[in-house]
Amino acid sequence: MSVVIAGAAESDLGQVAPGTTPEDLMAQASLRALAACGLTPADVDGLFAASTQLPWASVSLGQALRTRPRYSDSTQLGGGSALAHLHHARTAIAAGACDVALIAYGSTQRSVGRAAASVQERDLYEAPYRPPLPIAAYALAAARHMHEFGTTPKQLAAVAVSARAWAQGNERAWVREELTVDDVLAAPRVCDPLGVRDCCLVTDGGGALVLMAEERAHALGLTEGVRVLGVAEAHSHRHITAMPSLVHTAASESGARAFAEAGLGVGDVDSAQLYDAFTITPILFLEDLGFCAKGDGGPLAESGALAPGGVLPTNTNGGGLSYQHPGMNGMLMLIEAVRRLREEGDEVALVHGNGGVLSTQCTAILGR
Amino acid sequence: MEPSPAAVVAEHAAHGRLAFQRDREGRAVWPPRVGGFTWAVSAGRGAVYASTTARPRGEEPYDVSLIDLDEGFRIMSRVVGAPVAIGTRVRAVWQDGLVLFEADPDRSAEVAGPSPR
Repeated sequence: MSVVIAGAAESDLGQVAPGTTPEDLMAQASLRALAACGLTPADVDGLFAASTQLPWASVSLGQALRTRPRYSDSTQLGGGSALAHLHHARTAIAAGACDVALIAYGSTQRSVGRAAASVQERDLYEAPYRPPLPIAAYALAAARHMHEFGTTPKQLAAVAVSARAWAQGNERAWVREELTVDDVLAAPRVCDPLGVRDCCLVTDGGGALVLMAEERAHALGLTEGVRVLGVAEAHSHRHITAMPSLVHTAASESGARAFAEAGLGVGDVDSAQLYDAFTITPILFLEDLGFCAKGDGGPLAESGALAPGGVLPTNTNGGGLSYQHPGMNGMLMLIEAVRRLREEGDEVALVHGNGGVLSTQCTAILGR
Repeated sequence: MEPSPAAVVAEHAAHGRLAFQRDREGRAVWPPRVGGFTWAVSAGRGAVYASTTARPRGEEPYDVSLIDLDEGFRIMSRVVGAPVAIGTRVRAVWQDGLVLFEADPDRSAEVAGPSPR
């Protein structure tokens, strides 16, 4: 059975109106995505949601929309949760467990502060050494990548500069000022080798997707649906000490499964959204998804391949580094991929989500 | 009642010993878990696998490192003294029941290669 994303919408983004809750943002985006399909919450029978602020996210979503689902899933896989939900919703629809699935996300982390919005679950044996998480884990991975493969701070900076170049062409991006490699290198250090400009933004925001079988979408007259060609998830550890190799992520597993299901390879991908929590992460995912050999991600980023005009347009709205990063960015990455397929002429769009401390990896391949 | 893994680690640490577990195949395991593992004590020697300097606002910078112990397990710790490069040989030093590491003066010339995956 072919499953399509029939509707996709963002909530308000950036810094939202005072008093707005994560439930409000989920509901706002959901109503917009449903309206785009000519549907209402009463038509939804599957709810999928996660938020660091809402442990009962799908239940909160049900209350906000006054929906009574027959399938409900609040799976928490961190930043890639929306991709895991896409996987679960696709599977549930194919199994007949629900017909119209709504996946939603909302965060007010900028308004309430990141410490309040995202309580870190600390490892008992890491805590005494006070690693500032999550950045310390990504800094350790970056340091190890530099040690093993000769990756340079300039190559890391190229990821941020590329994202900014995309943001400069997107009027909805949170930051659009000129950014150079020298600016990134000169920014205050947070956790060596990562500085402030190597880190994603902290914004409010959310989004929603409406999924259904392609036949159902056509029966409703919805012909702009985006096909879920392949989607997969994997995880390798919860805390960074337990990650087998800091330079090999489980993206190699989720990516291989998603490509196999789609029957496609990296050469078929027209654009990529690669989770950019920190500048090291797209470099790791380029390698682990097979866009280049292990260790070659830094030079690939430095070559301009990811930037506007490059061979692999990546993080094309400006990404978490320059567009928006409302805590768990998988949802906005999926919405951007849908937009690329509908408006930019892409045939195949890849989205790769990451969660925790390189812990969870989810890959989706979408097509027209 | 079975003692918790954390209690076993703490009991050893109180005596300046770094306890870890081995699985049925004899492979070192960290962090400690419940379920059929045997306890062992590390010799406290290893190499820096990865390191970073954390620079929280309003605080002195400090080291956060991952250490590969020679027995085959990895822990988070702090390297004290002068900053050391990844691959540097280190040895355990205990401070208030917490295991830290310092450059190993006996083997300071050795630098470990990349760890296998």
